[in-house]
Amino acid sequence: MAEFQIKKTPKEYDVCIVGSGAGGGMAAYVLANAGIKVVLLEAGPMYDPAKNVTQLKWPWESPRRGASSPYRNFGDFDAAYGGWDIEGEPYTRKDGTKFDWFRSRMLGGRTNHWGRISLRFGPNDFKHKSIDGLGDDWPLGYDDVAPYYDKIDQLIGVFGSKEGLFNEPDGIFLPPPKPRLHELFIQNAGKSMNIPVIPSRLSILTRPLATNKDRGACFFCSQCNRGCTVYGDFSSSSVLVKPALATGNVDVIPNAMVREVLTNSTGLATGVSFVNKEDKQEYTVTAKVVVLAASACESARLLLNSKSSRYPNGLANSSNVVGKYLHDSTGADMGGILPSLIGRKRYNEDGVGGMHVYTPWWLDNKKLDFPRGYHIEYWGGMGMPGYGFGFGMQGTNGKYPGRDGKQKEAGGYGASLKDDYRYFYGATFGMSGRGEAIAREDNYCEIDPNVVDKYGIPVLRFHYKWSDYEVKQAKHMKETFKEIIEKSGGVVTWGNQDTAANDYGLAAPGRIIHEVGTTRMGNDPKKSVVNKFNQAHDCKNLFVVDGGPFVSQADKNPTWTILALSMRASEYMIDQLKKQNI
Amino acid sequence: MDRRKYLKTLAVGSVGAGVLLQACGPEKSAPPSETPKAFTIDRTPDELVREQKLISEQFFDAHEMKTISILSDIIIPKDEVSGSATDARVPEFIEFIAKDMPRHQTPLRGGLKWLDIQCMKRFDADFASCTTSQQIELVDEIAFPEKAKPEMQQGVAFFNLMRDLTACGFFTSEIGIKDLGYAGNRPNQWDGVPQDVLDQYGVKYDARTLAESVKFDA
Repeated sequence: MAEFQIKKTPKEYDVCIVGSGAGGGMAAYVLANAGIKVVLLEAGPMYDPAKNVTQLKWPWESPRRGASSPYRNFGDFDAAYGGWDIEGEPYTRKDGTKFDWFRSRMLGGRTNHWGRISLRFGPNDFKHKSIDGLGDDWPLGYDDVAPYYDKIDQLIGVFGSKEGLFNEPDGIFLPPPKPRLHELFIQNAGKSMNIPVIPSRLSILTRPLATNKDRGACFFCSQCNRGCTVYGDFSSSSVLVKPALATGNVDVIPNAMVREVLTNSTGLATGVSFVNKEDKQEYTVTAKVVVLAASACESARLLLNSKSSRYPNGLANSSNVVGKYLHDSTGADMGGILPSLIGRKRYNEDGVGGMHVYTPWWLDNKKLDFPRGYHIEYWGGMGMPGYGFGFGMQGTNGKYPGRDGKQKEAGGYGASLKDDYRYFYGATFGMSGRGEAIAREDNYCEIDPNVVDKYGIPVLRFHYKWSDYEVKQAKHMKETFKEIIEKSGGVVTWGNQDTAANDYGLAAPGRIIHEVGTTRMGNDPKKSVVNKFNQAHDCKNLFVVDGGPFVSQADKNPTWTILALSMRASEYMIDQLKKQNI
Repeated sequence: MDRRKYLKTLAVGSVGAGVLLQACGPEKSAPPSETPKAFTIDRTPDELVREQKLISEQFFDAHEMKTISILSDIIIPKDEVSGSATDARVPEFIEFIAKDMPRHQTPLRGGLKWLDIQCMKRFDADFASCTTSQQIELVDEIAFPEKAKPEMQQGVAFFNLMRDLTACGFFTSEIGIKDLGYAGNRPNQWDGVPQDVLDQYGVKYDARTLAESVKFDA
């Protein structure tokens, strides 16, 4: 008898979902509430922000005072399990290009620590080829998605303000929090520069949701990236998977690393095979429909690894497009100090977990030397000290007069230095641009022919280069940031040394963690992987509901659109199951 | 310099440090002096394995720990507001960071040795064995990057690192956060910048912001 055998999960399901982040969690929620039997596979452990708590902890409760570690790349209190590198699960890069891939392995995926920035795509964002001739139009438009954005706003909750901006559609908003002090300075700078600085749009409950008694309102600790014990912000784990489980229609299998999608002789998906990370055993699970929501790149990897005689170059890949058109947001940052805030009065300035104001894209590209736009995120003020607090004081305390009005020698020690940390606390601020890159066929992930992970699954190899478009956008960001800092009354302290030699500080691809496009949607099966309902052209009972189907990513964070399209695809699935079409 | 005298001086420095930590070389694995406290923050099983390994190791020897303690209290002394770096257990924090972030090990260990050599040449004693005025004389030459002599630059780099780690360790401790006056990390209702602060800076919320922003029951 063989020492190795594959165990079949006895229960048969209607739908098997791979991945429990925004896309998978939403699919599970919608399908389970329609009475459909769902199995939800997650490559990491169970996670509940009310039980796995890092919120409201003090820096000294971490021996590294909140610094990042190999297991917590965004700091010791961050909710994400996983990171840029996961032991035994490598990825590679090709032709000297760069791509960094952040993976969360946990129930809820990356929604547990994300920035909660919840922006709708606008009408232009779905039809940009028609505007500037670059990339491709989506096979759907804003009017197709708007009803789902509306439902999500009400189901999940998002605060914001009605602005009536054409390409920044208003939602059904909870009231926003008032700006912090440095944000008022930035608003004043924006007025003088003709740049909009409007209330941010974050999926945080500034008011309790009338329709949901399981979630509490935000209590303004500014720590959404740590998860929330009262579920006051959106995480797929707490807001979607937990109520989905409560229907009794969902089984979650945690620590299930999916190997491939299984298909039968007629080419239909029959389920998936996976390795259980705990008992190291091999399993299969069968379902009438398979939904991939493992993240844009992980779902592409799964399809490319699901080879058969019928699908020799991977499942749903007759177009040869799977893995191509990978694109991440552009990103660049700059920081400064507000001399007027030195020696400021103390009060609790935590607010919500993120900025209270932001700048949506405001310019006309016809007058610029690059296509597409970016939005600006702001930060600063009297945050909780953590690792890195006070670093580089010798670069600050010799530049500004002290309490006594006298200029000090930079650096130093003793009681005078000790007082400098108090004096300069809360006076720094900064901003980040997040912009739209053009999706290109030659930016892609593929299967590395030589490398497997510790489960024996072939890994991804990335090939990604920024073009001149993105570099010019970063240059424009930097010029804008400098002006905003100065018009706010600030002095630039970092991020102003960039040149063409370092692409003007443009972040390496992948670093903004908005990667999308690897299983893009379209009407033409020769040029796209899924149709406008996220359904594979080649395999009608296979869907992809993560960021993979994005044709272009806009200058918006992708989560709200992933949620809307997943909800839309799930309703379509319910309809098709009822009609016995799938 | 007489090498034997130098070694002897360093050895004497080590003996007096027994109160700080048990004396042991970096090559020996020291048992933890007490059972580590359980974490109050979420840890995965893999993280716990690494944390326990770090806690069970000792990087700095007793002489190095003594020197770090003296330096950290020179950088952040007790004053009328709060206690000193050692009151806030900063040396233990630096010991942990050296283990957690190995890139700091050579700059810290080498910097401490550089400091001892400088003191041996000048005062015929390692830094910890020098008088306070001798210690300050040396620190004055490495604590001010813009006026330090070129031949002291290695000492400046070391002191910059010690200043960073000491201040960070202090102001992320319970004593330091209280000193700083950080007022958050507790449930509350954000209703905007206090009026007196708005007045101080000559800014205000416009009518639309006041009308549309979240309001709270008094």
